[in-house]
Amino acid sequence: MTFEYAPAPESRSIVDIKAKYGHFIDGKFAPGKKHFATINPATEEVLSQISLGGQSDVDKAVLAAQKAYTKTWSKLSGKERGKYLYRIARILQERAREFAVLETLDNGKPIRETRDIDIPLVAAHFFYHAGWADKLDYAGLGKSPQPHGVAGQIIPWNFPLLMLAWKVAPALATGNTVVLKPAETTSLTALLFAEVCQQAELPDGVVNIVTGDGSTGAAIVNHPGIHKIAFTGSTEVGKKIARAIAGTNKKATLELGGKGANLVFDDAPIDETVEGIVNGIFFNQGHVCCAGSRLILQEGIADELIEKLKVRMAKIRVGDPLDKNTDLGAINSKEQLSKIQELTSAGDAEGAQRWSPACTLSAKGFWFAPTIFTGVTQAHRIAREEIFGPVLSILTFRTPQEAIEKANNTPFGLSAGVWSEKGSRILWATQQLRAGVVWANTFNKFDPTSPFGGYKESGWGREGGKHGLAAYMKEGK
Amino acid sequence: MSFYGIVDGSESSLKHFLAQLPGVDQVGAEARAAMLATRSIKTTSKRWAIDTAISMVDLTTLEGADTAGKVRALCSKAVRPDPTDATVPSVGAICVYNDMVAIARTHLDSIGGNHVPVAAVSTAFPSGRASMEVKIQDTQDAIDAGAAEIDMVIDRGAFLSGQYGLVFDEIVKIREVCGERAHLKVIFETGELVTYDNVRKASYLAMLAGADFIKTSTGKVAPAATPPVVLVMLEAVRDFYQMTERRIGVKPAGGIRNTKDAIKQLVLVNETAGPEWLTPEFFRIGASALLNDLLMQRMKMDDGYYASPNYVTID
Amino acid sequence: MASSKKVTSKAAARLEVKKTYKLYINGAFPRSESGRVYEVSNAKGGFIANPSLASRKDLRDAVVAARAAQSGWAKATAYNRGQILYRIAEMLEGRADQFASEISLASGVTLKKAQDEVATAIDRWVWYAGWSDKLSAAFGATNPVAGPYYNFTIPEPQGVIAVAPAETFLAFIDAIAPAIVSGNTVIALVPGSAAIAAMTFAEVLATSDLPAGVLNILTGSHDELAPWAASHMDIDGFDISGIDKKKRADLKVAGAENLKRIHSFDGAISPNRIFAFMEAKTVWHPIGV
Repeated sequence: MTFEYAPAPESRSIVDIKAKYGHFIDGKFAPGKKHFATINPATEEVLSQISLGGQSDVDKAVLAAQKAYTKTWSKLSGKERGKYLYRIARILQERAREFAVLETLDNGKPIRETRDIDIPLVAAHFFYHAGWADKLDYAGLGKSPQPHGVAGQIIPWNFPLLMLAWKVAPALATGNTVVLKPAETTSLTALLFAEVCQQAELPDGVVNIVTGDGSTGAAIVNHPGIHKIAFTGSTEVGKKIARAIAGTNKKATLELGGKGANLVFDDAPIDETVEGIVNGIFFNQGHVCCAGSRLILQEGIADELIEKLKVRMAKIRVGDPLDKNTDLGAINSKEQLSKIQELTSAGDAEGAQRWSPACTLSAKGFWFAPTIFTGVTQAHRIAREEIFGPVLSILTFRTPQEAIEKANNTPFGLSAGVWSEKGSRILWATQQLRAGVVWANTFNKFDPTSPFGGYKESGWGREGGKHGLAAYMKEGK
Repeated sequence: MSFYGIVDGSESSLKHFLAQLPGVDQVGAEARAAMLATRSIKTTSKRWAIDTAISMVDLTTLEGADTAGKVRALCSKAVRPDPTDATVPSVGAICVYNDMVAIARTHLDSIGGNHVPVAAVSTAFPSGRASMEVKIQDTQDAIDAGAAEIDMVIDRGAFLSGQYGLVFDEIVKIREVCGERAHLKVIFETGELVTYDNVRKASYLAMLAGADFIKTSTGKVAPAATPPVVLVMLEAVRDFYQMTERRIGVKPAGGIRNTKDAIKQLVLVNETAGPEWLTPEFFRIGASALLNDLLMQRMKMDDGYYASPNYVTID
Repeated sequence: MASSKKVTSKAAARLEVKKTYKLYINGAFPRSESGRVYEVSNAKGGFIANPSLASRKDLRDAVVAARAAQSGWAKATAYNRGQILYRIAEMLEGRADQFASEISLASGVTLKKAQDEVATAIDRWVWYAGWSDKLSAAFGATNPVAGPYYNFTIPEPQGVIAVAPAETFLAFIDAIAPAIVSGNTVIALVPGSAAIAAMTFAEVLATSDLPAGVLNILTGSHDELAPWAASHMDIDGFDISGIDKKKRADLKVAGAENLKRIHSFDGAISPNRIFAFMEAKTVWHPIGV
């Protein structure tokens, strides 16, 4: 007897998407000039028209941020700044469902993830940082550390509102003002966030949101009025930014790509390990910089574990992101889908064996079945390059030292996972791994108190925790 | 004797097998169970789940104050849960103390309930603290009185003090007593075993010793059938089937009070062991108050408005 | 509300429904088991209320409640504790006028001064609430021991803490907030006229998400209750900031019986007031394949 789950759609009626948006500058929505369509990647339906911010829009936004910094924000005590952030956190909690549905529509990720993970973390991030605003003397940055001034922040499409929270919350808590550019394909929750700023009565110009594409981002990076840049996105663009600011006084934090290694020893708790592997690469459709995209398995248990993994993958529900039972949603854009297809074709060509469970994919929208490749070696493109999709490359190891060598043998260094029931082995592995975030017997866990960021080409600096404040401040005397 | 060709019946063989089982990570297991609890079961699938759950209920009365009257009323409810609606399926079984078995069987047969088996709790239920002779007699009495299912308890004291051989031997003996006449459920009392590692070990121990069903609890101790405990047991029966091609059933009992809880259990089965287990032959739910909530939810689905306890019978 | 309204000459005066003052123990409002009360008057000597005069048995009961609630409160996530405390601040803000008029009436300060005190107290409460998830950053560490061991220090709450603040609302807030934010549970000994605002605060607690027993309020006499708190073997810490300096030594002698952590703070606002009622646990774990 099969147990088919009937459709369980979350209602869309809670969101009210305007036909057209401008920018949010100096506390007001200003109409934009040029527009481009933003779509729901699950259906290709046009959701709205987003403004393509040009140089003059960026200029206005930076001016507003500077004015707000000088006249208002820098004159407030940390205590008062914190109160605005607490208000924002509480309003986000009140409007949580609305934000979850909007994020799912704009990004393509399942409602279960936006509802249970993204949005709660967003509120928590603002709540945590609200409490730091008047405690900065205790953040290990010396006495009376000072903000930089105006921060230019450019965020990606994979966790639109969460990445906004990771950027805006610490910036404001430490006394900076902000010009933020959301990703081209996912601007809607940022624009709704502007409403929250208004509801919280945040002083005009403290947060400014300019939408657009790469050129808009470049205008922000290059603007002389920006003192500090925070960027999350591809390593390629991260390097461009590093070159662009080389001769200036601008500070930058960069959170870039990864090719996370998930190490499984033969004494791992098998069933939870299978869950962790699935979560590591299929959470958020694999559109995760810290995804566990390389599974490095102890050779002795490889066959058994891969069998269990296949059985588990057959239960992944791919479909309508607004259905509460969907596990894997849509790929965010046609462009990203092509990248995934290109790299997986390379995997086939290089001789790895591809496997996906049977699933029906909708004809409309951008979809990719959860996929594993076995017989992968370090030299394969699918073991070296970030695919940023629901594709797992599986390699094996014989000794713990070999596992570490393979894990570290990459220009990236963002995340790693270790699965074992032996505590000393876990701690030994965490000591050896060159990665900014190491998960043991778990994966893809985030918390505002837990610093996040990468070694090597995965970026500069950390976000979250006490460490995450440092980037936004100049040390006090 | 050979037990599926996996252990040879000696304590050392058993201990060796149990020791090499992979551990259960508590946080990971609980996270998986919590994620499965977010499944939203609606409309047609909810209706199917309700009827399936009803057919899986082992309708239970295990009180010191049980009387013939109480048991007969329960039997009527078991055969025809809703007197106004003949489309409601009968429950999976009646579950009583062994001195009530004859009364239950006689009454069921007299009201057209031949298809409803009587399960008896046995082996000095719920504590399990008695001599082996008494436990064997307890079981024999129940079967002679007409019980087609025996729910025995393991010796938790022996288990927790590492005497796995003793626990194993007791199950083997009771299985012998059951013979062809009754199927055997083995109750772990997971609330007393505490760790998921123990639940996994107990599952394999019981299956190797001849259990037809593994059962979480007596219903007298909390916590009882929590989702992560049931998850671990479903993983055990799934993997045991891979090893032996023998399908063992699972019965959560205790703490499953309403339709939401019951549906969560069915989702656990569906996404862990698999749809082959979604029948009363391989999954039962030990409960009493649950049945009326299932009926009320069923009414709401048919009528379109919320039901009231006035419209379901108390027994 | 314990305030008086002016009578208009034309319409008949509306008589107020006056509040009955009890204790706040384990989420409920019992009277003192002793049945005693004491009188609180306004600056002119006029009657305001009869708060309960707590006895040593009430203290005994409060300790039992606080101990029972402590492990659950400590196990809540820091985020959850912070949220619960922040929501209490939201409710204090909503009742700011009530608090200010009660403080003004009971202590004799001007309404303006009382309003400032309430604003400061609310902001102070929010300040402490924001520490819940930052204590490890301030007081924890990983320690580079000379060997293949992972060694880390984590701060943990001590357990059940008694506080005896001075006779103002701000002193009351300053004593309880740092004690509970880290996961301790608290018994507050509130003296004299401070009972009035403290019991309004108890009403806020009763409607908040703070679990029963986490914060218990006993109104009455420091002279009577403080020695019993100081000698109680199931109280782990005691904040004696509101105790007369000459009487502190005796309390410390009594507290030595179970090496109670006894502290007084004279005005400084600092996370050290939180850490004073915490322990530091250091863990070693080998690193090896």
